[in-house]
Amino acid sequence: MSQGIHDRGPLIDRNRWRRYLITFSTLFSKEVTRFSRIWVQTILPSAITTTLYFVIFGRLIGDRIGPMEGLPYIDFIVPGLVLMAVITNAYSNVVSSFYSSKFSRYIEELLVSPAPNWIILAGYVAGGVARGLTVGIVVMIVAALFTSFSIHDVGVTLLILLLTAILFALGGFINAVYANSFDDISIVPTFVLAPLTYLGGVFYSIDLLPQPWQTLSLANPILYMINAFRYGLLGVSDIPLNFAFFIIVLFIAALGYYSLSLLRRGIGIKQ
Amino acid sequence: MSALSVHQLSKTYANGLQALKDVDLTVDAGDFFALLGPNGAGKSTLIGIVTSLVRKSSGRVEVFGHDLDREPEAVRANIGVVPQEFNFNLFLPVIEVVLNQAGYFGVPRREARSRAEMLLRKLDLWDRRESEMRRLSGGMKRRLMIARALVQRPRLVILDEPTAGVDIEIRRSMWGFMREINAEGTTIILTTHYLEEAESLCRHIAIIDHGQIQSRTDIATLLSELDTETFVLNLKGRLRELPQLGGFVLEQIDESTLEVQISREQTINGLFEALSRNGIEVLSLRNKQNRLEKLFLDRVEAGREVTA
Repeated sequence: MSQGIHDRGPLIDRNRWRRYLITFSTLFSKEVTRFSRIWVQTILPSAITTTLYFVIFGRLIGDRIGPMEGLPYIDFIVPGLVLMAVITNAYSNVVSSFYSSKFSRYIEELLVSPAPNWIILAGYVAGGVARGLTVGIVVMIVAALFTSFSIHDVGVTLLILLLTAILFALGGFINAVYANSFDDISIVPTFVLAPLTYLGGVFYSIDLLPQPWQTLSLANPILYMINAFRYGLLGVSDIPLNFAFFIIVLFIAALGYYSLSLLRRGIGIKQ
Repeated sequence: MSALSVHQLSKTYANGLQALKDVDLTVDAGDFFALLGPNGAGKSTLIGIVTSLVRKSSGRVEVFGHDLDREPEAVRANIGVVPQEFNFNLFLPVIEVVLNQAGYFGVPRREARSRAEMLLRKLDLWDRRESEMRRLSGGMKRRLMIARALVQRPRLVILDEPTAGVDIEIRRSMWGFMREINAEGTTIILTTHYLEEAESLCRHIAIIDHGQIQSRTDIATLLSELDTETFVLNLKGRLRELPQLGGFVLEQIDESTLEVQISREQTINGLFEALSRNGIEVLSLRNKQNRLEKLFLDRVEAGREVTA
């Protein structure tokens, strides 16, 4: 047997961490390229919807509603609308990208590679976060056109944006793992995410709600995110800030652990 | 050193189907190995387990001495796989498919680029590198799967029916390429329905059926086990009655077609002498069946009798 180039072994980086970094950045840039290529479907819709919300709820109806927690109504709804866009986009990026890779079976390109599960998860989640944050920024720019937009606490604002995007990217991942058809990827956004977001205080302060709805609202995790984010932008919140962070991090830990266990057991991707 | 070594490997799917039953198999480093078997025999399950696409129920898999359970990353780093069915993102350009695969394996970008270019040029795809996958023909997609499998320079390449649905010309050029990488030291495991492919490319062969290895040997030995061969003769003129050709077993198919069985002790020269003596002229001659095909069917049948 002649000693050929193949006897030298694979071309992959010998350093494990550099190898992980190459894998992660490949996945991440593939995800960013994907949603950028189809920006009309991924970035633009949220900008249009939010503009409509500002025009209708902020300008036309908002003036008749009067101030909420001491703020003009149009200013009050900005954080909720931004976060709603972040949630929807982080979630749907991962759910549609991962589900497509399962459906067309090119997930196998990753499964046969030495990439560990946590890198695969991190790559997809980072892609979802990138789209969530991109759309979040676009919506904030739109908000700046309609409202007296300002940021009360930059650190809190950025941290909440990031954590929320991570949490819902993980949610999208779990949804994609269980989805068996393209219909299955819209069930959770329509029947779970949208109601929880609308009832999470995007358009009102929960102080307005009668009992038992006020207490019941506290079981809605999205309420904590919207309020913490509202604190970041406007300096007002229905919920103590630390408690909101605690809830978000707890959910991230739980969904992250669960996602990894799904990958380890090969649910939905390996026979 | 063995490239692949499988011990007591079993797989039972969730629906109760037992696809593999205590399979033992060793493939030496540098070998060109054929894995043959009828549909549903367990070939793809075996390959799926080795390439981490299917979870085994029990048993052990080692690739170049790395255990699949203990060092899964090392196992996967050494394998390139060409699956049976297309598994592409159809909206990506050709070059990105190859570069993404390199990235997943952790090949540094610069090396990935030069390796991808070399492979795409060799497989006649370089001019199509910016085309989206869905614009490629079936044969191009097959070749791209080979480029994708080789981009990280694996030491073991597993090809599951790589030339299915590919025309004969492209098939021959793919064979040439596979011989070349094998000569460079890459171990190749091939499953195929074209037995001619196995006969012309591979040195060793295993026949699998009903989830068990029925035989494992080298191709030369296997072929030498063949006792008789049947030829089909196309005759000039019409044959009124079956002639007596001392010792050759004949069967008349129609007026101008004759089938002759030649045993290992007999020669084709002897056959033609006997034909000439009887004034029978032959226009053309062909093998009734691929030799390997016959052996294969014999083995599978024998295996089935044993299991029954």
